[in-house]
Amino acid sequence: MSRIVILGAGISGHTAARYLNKWLGKKHEVIVVSPNAKWNWIPSNIWVGVGQMTEEDVTFDLAEVYKKTNATFLQAKGLSINPEGTRENPTPFVTVEYTLPEKAGEKENVEYDYLINATGPKLNFGATEGLGPDHGHTVSVCTAGHAIEANEKLQAVIERMRAGERCTLVVGTGHGMCTCQGAAFEYIYNIDHILRDEGVRDMARIVWISNEYELGDFGMGGVHIKRGGYVTNGKTFAESLMVERGIEWITRAHVKKVEAGLIHYEILDGTFHELEFDFSMLIPPFAGVGLKAFDAAGEDITANVFAPNGFMKVDADYTPRPYAEWSAQDWPRKYQNPTYKNMFAVGIAFAPPHPISKPMQSANGTAINPTPPRTGMPSATMAKAVAQSIRDMVNGAAEPTHTASMAEMGAACVASTGSGMFDGTAATMTVFPVVPDFDAYPEHGRDLGLTTGEIGLAGHWMKYILHHTFIYQAKLKPGWSILPD
Amino acid sequence: MAVKATNKEPYQQAYYPPAPTGWTKYMRTSLIWQSIRFIVINLKMLKLMSKSHH
Repeated sequence: MSRIVILGAGISGHTAARYLNKWLGKKHEVIVVSPNAKWNWIPSNIWVGVGQMTEEDVTFDLAEVYKKTNATFLQAKGLSINPEGTRENPTPFVTVEYTLPEKAGEKENVEYDYLINATGPKLNFGATEGLGPDHGHTVSVCTAGHAIEANEKLQAVIERMRAGERCTLVVGTGHGMCTCQGAAFEYIYNIDHILRDEGVRDMARIVWISNEYELGDFGMGGVHIKRGGYVTNGKTFAESLMVERGIEWITRAHVKKVEAGLIHYEILDGTFHELEFDFSMLIPPFAGVGLKAFDAAGEDITANVFAPNGFMKVDADYTPRPYAEWSAQDWPRKYQNPTYKNMFAVGIAFAPPHPISKPMQSANGTAINPTPPRTGMPSATMAKAVAQSIRDMVNGAAEPTHTASMAEMGAACVASTGSGMFDGTAATMTVFPVVPDFDAYPEHGRDLGLTTGEIGLAGHWMKYILHHTFIYQAKLKPGWSILPD
Repeated sequence: MAVKATNKEPYQQAYYPPAPTGWTKYMRTSLIWQSIRFIVINLKMLKLMSKSHH
């Protein structure tokens, strides 16, 4: 009997757990370790952040769902990995620390035959002074709890505007090396939508600030789509939507520091600026969760297993190269650690070989460019591929049998620009592949037949249906495995 | 007293991007058209997903 341990129960970890339980759960052991008691459908947090959904609408209790399976759920956080075990016992193990209130602080070594690191990101608010809801002056929609607080502060600002005060709302990225611009993009349009519904839009100045070189980059180097007889860059449509909604934008920005009501930022030309605000939601940069690794002798091998940013090394080509020499082949296909073949990393937890957007530096040497997105649909796709590979390896395959390179997969993103069954809209974007492949598609790096974008009510219906479908699926309700991931 | 109209300021951020026409805005929430787009988007996504699994 093999034991598969999955660290993390977010989109990628829970996807891997669902399938491994279905395929192997009766004959083998699946253990899921997550510090969070609840699963969160993060894409819908933006609706919690404007008061249109509650925490209960976007979360559910993980332990209850795993009770329905053969998998074991440990509410604990991973601390370290010993991929060689110890000198006395060569069975690899992870050390976890319980966050379950009854066992809080207790540590345990959990042995494994296969390990999937799906720990997601550490929300690195500390990278920018004054950033974030805990020790800073901005709010976040990265967790359901953060989104609740964001809505409370948003409602307070709406009250001030109702009383006749003009307010400035700033949304975007809180550091030069952020990813996940899409969440901020959705949030700013939902704020605009809510302010119009509340009749106070004319009292608000709404400003977008991000580390993108141009609007519509989204950490993917932007996209080109066919529209109106031209192949046009997504920047055109992103700017059009901002103008239509009366939103100003600042791009190429690294937020250096946030004080109460004041954002300090640097832009690529090396100049420094300040922006006053009454309400601000800025996405933090992501880092690895800080897992350590030790060899059989107890020596720290963290630097061998993880990249400096804390993400786990997999079968990517990490050779440093200039942008012009980047290749689709650099991106991992199996998500398997090169040294320890029974260890995999998926979702945000794997170390990308390099960004997708071209690296840029300000005149002062500050890096200002989005880091690569690997959330949502790609993280579920790679988690399912790794689950399939482990299923086959447990059954005798020598090597991973399935691949899911971001340079060979597409992604669909439905970005809400306002909720409402008849007046809501969303920008629906599809890209193929996520990482441009200039060998296969020399002109734009992507298949223009599958790289598309449009705004409309159909997108809102899609987003609403996806919300309910994915939560239904994640709850392992009847027929979940025939639903798309 | 009516406010005197002034010329729109050129060379500003908002001056250059394309703006949707009334027809484009209408079509974004037209139930008939959006029902068709809903089907088209779903088919596109299914095609995208079928090419993404290896």
